[in-house]
Amino acid sequence: MAVERFPVEASHIMMFARAVGDPNPVYHDQAYAEGTEAGGIIAPPTFAQASAQFDPDYRLRPKIGEPWMGSGREATGIRPEAAGGAGDDAPVGMGARGLHAEQHFEYHRHLKPGDVLSATVKPGETWEKQSKRAGTLKFSETITEYRDSHGELVITARSVGVTTEKAVES
Amino acid sequence: MALSAASIEVGDTHTEVLVEDLKRTQLVQYAGASGDYNPVHTDEKFVTEVAGYPTVFAHGMLTMGMTGKLITNYVGDARLTNYGVRFVNQVWPGDTLTGTAEVTAIRTEDGQHLVDLTITTVNQDDVPVLTGTATARIDP
Repeated sequence: MAVERFPVEASHIMMFARAVGDPNPVYHDQAYAEGTEAGGIIAPPTFAQASAQFDPDYRLRPKIGEPWMGSGREATGIRPEAAGGAGDDAPVGMGARGLHAEQHFEYHRHLKPGDVLSATVKPGETWEKQSKRAGTLKFSETITEYRDSHGELVITARSVGVTTEKAVES
Repeated sequence: MALSAASIEVGDTHTEVLVEDLKRTQLVQYAGASGDYNPVHTDEKFVTEVAGYPTVFAHGMLTMGMTGKLITNYVGDARLTNYGVRFVNQVWPGDTLTGTAEVTAIRTEDGQHLVDLTITTVNQDDVPVLTGTATARIDP
């Protein structure tokens, strides 16, 4: 996701590490982390994904005053066909049929509190595949480059999203 | 502790249970931390009545994050250079996930010792939910 300013903060790293069930003190204990090779708190390997928090237009976060696809009085707050995301123009992951197929990270260095990153996104390849279980699968790739405040490349991420014709119950 | 080339061999494996009986609350926790609030992961009414799934399911990135713990526990902190996965099956509340890293190559690139790993995470029925690869810097 494209983000102009992604400040990496210690409390966010702590919450993220808790959420993935990783008790490693290098993610939350500064005194411990200083005594390790990392030299201080670092972020866990998949933390860059949390840059979504800093994307003002991120489609998978409810926004004040805007319709949201999740349930309230009704099962969805928007038209069900829109919630299904079956349309060709529905962004990957926006609809209920959007799934994450692949994720790849290349680490040029590891993230630490105090880093202020920016992320730029470019589209990669798109392709289709037939699946007995889920009908026509449409894949699309995006490449996200995370750079620090000096413009140095920190992480290169490649994401592949897929939209399916039918719900998949593995 | 980081790995050293002298102490490992191709074919070595490292296995850990990543989560036992995955709770829906952990999906909520991951949604909050990551910022991915797609209701398919947290909203039972939406996911069953609108999206057509039997219940909520885990973010792929939660499985990748939990599997990351296995890799960093094996290779050491701040050692990863590459980590990539495919999400091959969905992860559901109640699942118990076990991850395995297997050494596929020990090599040197520009004087730096590296280990290549294949990564597989399976559920309680031994069905793979995530497959991938990782590369890390190691000591000589």
